[in-house]
Amino acid sequence: MALITPLREAVSSLVRDGDTVALEGFTHLIPHAAGHEIVRQARKDLTLVRMTPDLVYDQLIGMGCARKLIFSWGGNPGVGSLHRFRDAVEREWPHRLEIEEHSHAGMANAYVAGASNLPFALLRGYTGSDLPKVNPNIRFVECPFTGEKLAAIPSVRPDVTVIHAQKADRRGNVLLWGILGVQKEAVLAAQRSIVTVEEIVDDLEAPPNACVLPSWALSAVCHVPGGAYPSYAQGYSERDNRFYKDWDPVARSRDGFLAWMKRHVLDTGDFAEFRRVLAETSGPGTARQEGA
Amino acid sequence: MAELDFSATEIMTVAASRLLKNGTVCFVGIGLPSTAANLARLTHAPDVVLIYESGPIGAKPTVLPLSIGDGDLALTADTVVSTPEIFRYWLQGGRIDVGFLGAAQVDRFANINTTVIGPYDDPKVRLPGAGGAPEIAAQAKEVFIVLKQSRKAFVDRLPFVTSAGFLDGGDAREKAGITGGGPTAVITDLGILTPDPVTRELTLTSVHPGVTVEQVREATGWDLKVSPDLKTTAIPDAEALTALRDLQARTAKAHGQDSSGGEG
Repeated sequence: MALITPLREAVSSLVRDGDTVALEGFTHLIPHAAGHEIVRQARKDLTLVRMTPDLVYDQLIGMGCARKLIFSWGGNPGVGSLHRFRDAVEREWPHRLEIEEHSHAGMANAYVAGASNLPFALLRGYTGSDLPKVNPNIRFVECPFTGEKLAAIPSVRPDVTVIHAQKADRRGNVLLWGILGVQKEAVLAAQRSIVTVEEIVDDLEAPPNACVLPSWALSAVCHVPGGAYPSYAQGYSERDNRFYKDWDPVARSRDGFLAWMKRHVLDTGDFAEFRRVLAETSGPGTARQEGA
Repeated sequence: MAELDFSATEIMTVAASRLLKNGTVCFVGIGLPSTAANLARLTHAPDVVLIYESGPIGAKPTVLPLSIGDGDLALTADTVVSTPEIFRYWLQGGRIDVGFLGAAQVDRFANINTTVIGPYDDPKVRLPGAGGAPEIAAQAKEVFIVLKQSRKAFVDRLPFVTSAGFLDGGDAREKAGITGGGPTAVITDLGILTPDPVTRELTLTSVHPGVTVEQVREATGWDLKVSPDLKTTAIPDAEALTALRDLQARTAKAHGQDSSGGEG
């Protein structure tokens, strides 16, 4: 059964230095609050896995939490570059970042394989691309029945996966809807899992085929309303596009980034305080706050 | 093109949208492809099926998505499936007619780079990476590529092939075992390039009104071949222009900025 516990305690007990960690959410339901808490607790040497490392990983990479990144698209959606990610890859700041680069199809299949307890994923993929030349974890195997050449990549099996969802009930069963990305697969591929939720209710009122993650398949459920911000939770909040745009100048300079992270993350106790400080300061997102 | 009442970007978008036939099942990249595909849906192709890699199938967004996972895509879709399902059942399953892609760079055989400028291990510019493009480019029945034309973007040799076009040309794509038909058009702000049926080299087959062949050559990093049947792209009709401008105005109002986009 999942423990219903504060986020600080969930991160403290479930995310360890050197872990392989997946924070998933495809634009929607990105677990930003959990990312902040990992930064506050100064986790190190993490292998970060994520199809679309956007602001959440820009922050973790810039704060020196990551040793390696496994990914398939790294940008600020709708805005441009991830400057902390680029600084790490192009100029090894704050230190060298090893990268293992895939396509979305490869990553999605690798999560499915992990959740399915398989050592590798099999797909029609990467043909003609230079990715296999720079990523030794993309290999090709022959179908034993037809002789066809197919791509094989190792399963993704995180030590811990973190996602954000709309609802949990009081036993810790979780319901999510809307754009689901690879969240279910990422949770089931992992040894441990943390789910932050918008609200905890008596009854999920989930229709039979809804995406429900049963409490017994999860490690911890944490009540963090708005915990996806500046991403969104369908039915609860809108994506704060302005924050993504305003992040660009903050992340461009190392000093500006560090000052912002100190003021908004390191010097705040939790995500609720982060939101309060953000509303008071001139940092990203201030132009559009609650109800934006 | 100041004397004409549409911009270079507008004719690029309208020309790209015209290529999308009604009823087509289209796997849409964010940004310019999404603009063109939604314009098609709002004008001549109301029954086009738009699929985004985040999971929406049959999306009918009221404004252009800023990110590939905007809530509007999910709320207006016929169904929303998981990302593994999109890539496994719908793309790899062979159900996509057209893959509509953007690019940072293309070469003469319509191969696409969205990974790095410079050496991979010591990049001059680190670009976002592959996203869904390698498998979309390989598995859709045909591929449209839309991007602005310049010497930086249209290069003789790509520093990195992220997604395959016709590789080294001729039958190289088929020999590599790639199942989809590959790029059939590259639509730019200057004209339309299509692959030669035998050599597969991109050839200028249409220039936009007011653009000279010399301008297109100047904006191409190789000795661009020009079709003997070179056409002039039809000017955007009033209906398409109005629909495009309304869509962009609605989008700007909703997002508070322009409608360029990204995948995350």
